[in-house]
Amino acid sequence: MNEATFPRLLLEHAKLRGNRPATREKDLGIWQAWTWSQVAAEVRALACGLAAHGFRRGMHLAIIGDNRPRLYWSMAAAQALGGIAVPMYQDAPAAEFVYVLGDAEIAYAIVEDQEQVDKVIEAMPEIPTLKHIYYDDPRGLRNYQAVTSIDRLLEDGRHYDAAHPDFFDAEVAKGHPDDVSIMLYTSGTTGKPKGVCQTHRAFIVSAQGGCSFDKLTPDDSILSYLPMAWVGDHLFSYAQWLVAGFTINCPESADTVMTDLREIGPTYYFAPPRIFENLLTQVMIRMEDASAVKRWLFRHFTGVARRVGPEIVDRKPVSIIDRLRYALGDLLVYGPLRNVLGMSRIRVAYTAGAAIGPDLFRFYRSIGVNLKQLYGSTETCAYVCLQPDGGVKFDTVGEAAPGVEIRIGDNGEVLVRGPMLLKEYYKRPDATAESIDAGGFFHTGDAGVFVDGGQLKIIDRAKDVGKLATGAMFAPNYIENKLKFFPHIKEAVAFGNGRDHVCAFINIDMGSVGNWAERRGIAYSGYTDLAAKAEVYELIRECVEQVNTELAQEGELADSQVRRFLILHKELDPDDDELTRTRKVRRGFIAEKYAVLIDALYAGRTVQHIETQVKFEDGRSGMVAADLRISEARVFGQRDTRKAA
Amino acid sequence: MSLSSSMNNERGVGEIILQLDSISLAFGGIKALSEISFDVREHEIRAIIGPNGAGKSSMLNVINGVYRPQQGTIAFHGQVRRDMNTHHAAAQGIARTFQNIALFKGMSVLDNIMSGRNLKMRATLVEQAIYWGRARREELENRRRVEEVIDFLEIQHIRKTPVGRLPYGLQKRVELARALAAEPTLLLLDEPMAGMNVEEKQDMCRFVLDVNEQYGTTIVLIEHDMGVVMDISDRVVVLDYGKKIGDGTPDEVRANQTVIDAYLGVAH
Repeated sequence: MNEATFPRLLLEHAKLRGNRPATREKDLGIWQAWTWSQVAAEVRALACGLAAHGFRRGMHLAIIGDNRPRLYWSMAAAQALGGIAVPMYQDAPAAEFVYVLGDAEIAYAIVEDQEQVDKVIEAMPEIPTLKHIYYDDPRGLRNYQAVTSIDRLLEDGRHYDAAHPDFFDAEVAKGHPDDVSIMLYTSGTTGKPKGVCQTHRAFIVSAQGGCSFDKLTPDDSILSYLPMAWVGDHLFSYAQWLVAGFTINCPESADTVMTDLREIGPTYYFAPPRIFENLLTQVMIRMEDASAVKRWLFRHFTGVARRVGPEIVDRKPVSIIDRLRYALGDLLVYGPLRNVLGMSRIRVAYTAGAAIGPDLFRFYRSIGVNLKQLYGSTETCAYVCLQPDGGVKFDTVGEAAPGVEIRIGDNGEVLVRGPMLLKEYYKRPDATAESIDAGGFFHTGDAGVFVDGGQLKIIDRAKDVGKLATGAMFAPNYIENKLKFFPHIKEAVAFGNGRDHVCAFINIDMGSVGNWAERRGIAYSGYTDLAAKAEVYELIRECVEQVNTELAQEGELADSQVRRFLILHKELDPDDDELTRTRKVRRGFIAEKYAVLIDALYAGRTVQHIETQVKFEDGRSGMVAADLRISEARVFGQRDTRKAA
Repeated sequence: MSLSSSMNNERGVGEIILQLDSISLAFGGIKALSEISFDVREHEIRAIIGPNGAGKSSMLNVINGVYRPQQGTIAFHGQVRRDMNTHHAAAQGIARTFQNIALFKGMSVLDNIMSGRNLKMRATLVEQAIYWGRARREELENRRRVEEVIDFLEIQHIRKTPVGRLPYGLQKRVELARALAAEPTLLLLDEPMAGMNVEEKQDMCRFVLDVNEQYGTTIVLIEHDMGVVMDISDRVVVLDYGKKIGDGTPDEVRANQTVIDAYLGVAH
């Protein structure tokens, strides 16, 4: 296996389990399946087609679109020719495409549909290298010049293959595990995105580590629905797919993921916390409409599950009475609930990418979903720490994964070393040298500590950790996460570095607060209107004060209680550069853009007028204006907390 | 829109397929339409505009046979008749949507769209009841067609949802889907974008253009949103108080002084 590359793994599966399903996709209402030998044949034709159209060793192939089988296969096809796949975020506007297409010197792009073709064509004048565009879905593209369908590419490939029957195998044989297989662009919380070059070996070793850690087999099945440009999807839906040989299932569309999840019933599942949170919010909203008996059953048995569920999932000793209660709850509530969520068959579920709320995390574990956390980044193939079965805690990210070395640097930064590290940042030797030290350790930029014998706990981004004017530590992410754990709060941005107290911006969760408002007969016309309601401010103030009581108990962080806050008049959005494509807050940018609001928070004003430019989904811009109210929140001393709360 | 309008030109508008000649329609003493003549060419998007009560919906109702005009003739595909009847219209490939949504609220989206295939089914009641032979083959074929329409209009996520639970904009889209399921050659749309927000309107515009481009369907539509009409139509006919006061390309209509006075409005 030391000489393994992704194309070789694919050919091996085609030999070993040629008739087993490798990829499924729901199309025209029916799940279509391709076996491993069919996938291998398609990849062969795609590779030959690309070669016939001039694609050569070392070239980059941009891949843009939702999770479609032929887009995954295109990665393997490029790699078979010694090329490098560059998946890109499909929801980015054309202007953002320009940077990545230019930086990666893209000449060939395979995209999903008309939407992506339009964006690539818009970017083309600035990308002189880009000559070949292929599309998967022909809808609406009949009259386009200068773009080619994948069907045509496959046809040309089959002809080329017939004329050069030894070509494909020879190209695959030339591949080396230390060749770069993929370039994933970092989300860019600061500055321009950087292309992270990963070799076949790095991803294959990471995938093998994960597969053996969780005992994944060819019988497993996953739903591939996260952006292909995200390292998490690349590890789970591509690297582990080719290493373990399980089946990946592509949903019908982004809107049908929930239905598709239920139909497939995956055994292995991966989602960022916000997806678990959305699912739970939907369940809670629907429960409020259920009959009184059902509501009582739900309340009673989720109570039982909260008390003993996690212990039962971890196979810890629990009294026989509680076991019986839990078994009854499983029959009446947890089982049906898991079924509705599409989680009936899940053996292992992971969440990563952001902190998950303790209540949320416990909820899923308590109803019998083996939800665990992992920690990693694009530079480490999403693979640094994993939580072992039976050793799951909500506030740590687990222990070092097989083959990974972790050290805590002098400044508290987490340093990692292992075969999964990036080869380099593309064309950025300065950045590469900066992040990998002489000892071969990669500097993650996260501040963390080891607790409870080998479990890593991440506190914050190292560069975000600052100090209040009082000298106390200020960890904005930590505060924001506590706020975001409330279902009513979707996004929060805390300020306080160098100030004498902490203030925060809040984004309410439209679904959750909207439903809350409807039930109370509060009329509203849209986000901006709802966010400005006095009742909503009161609701959010309670959440903030709850966080303050928790912070009051945490020693040094007691000074970080939120004194004043406001609810933003618009949702933070990646299209407005306020969030990254992976939905992380770009705090520097926000601080600059909304400087007037921060000034108002600290100047003690109660109302502030603001006008903001927003980008609509069709690329046009408009203005949103509002008079924002600023609210005070109570803060608590370490001792009088109980009395005040 | 520049891309789509250039496409419209390439698509190639063909022969006249529908010719209305001196149509007059009256309800008792009220003249809804008087002496109206215009034609519709194959593959074009033809808009009918006019103020409230101008007779636009009546015009559509005459085309697909709901109303029988007292005077005039209708020629569809060269066949001249005094009036259409609804069954004939449907059998000859005319499908329509309604100003007020006319779907089966309690049925799922899928079943509603399947009902658009009604005329394509040949199996007998008994065959259908036991799902055997011809009925089975037809059901599979019809379902395949319906799934193509669902895919085309991007409504996969509501396939099994009862129509009554859907927001208005989506119900409009389902109604279009049902009309498309009949594989019409002429599609009549009665205010397809009424009551929609900007985003829904843009989606609907794209779908109308896509239907026209991909299936080559001829479309006659009534619409109040002037931006939409001027953007997507090849030719526009303007009615006012049951009379035709303008007919031509969007630019011609826009420049027509009678139309400006009657409909687009003069400054008060």
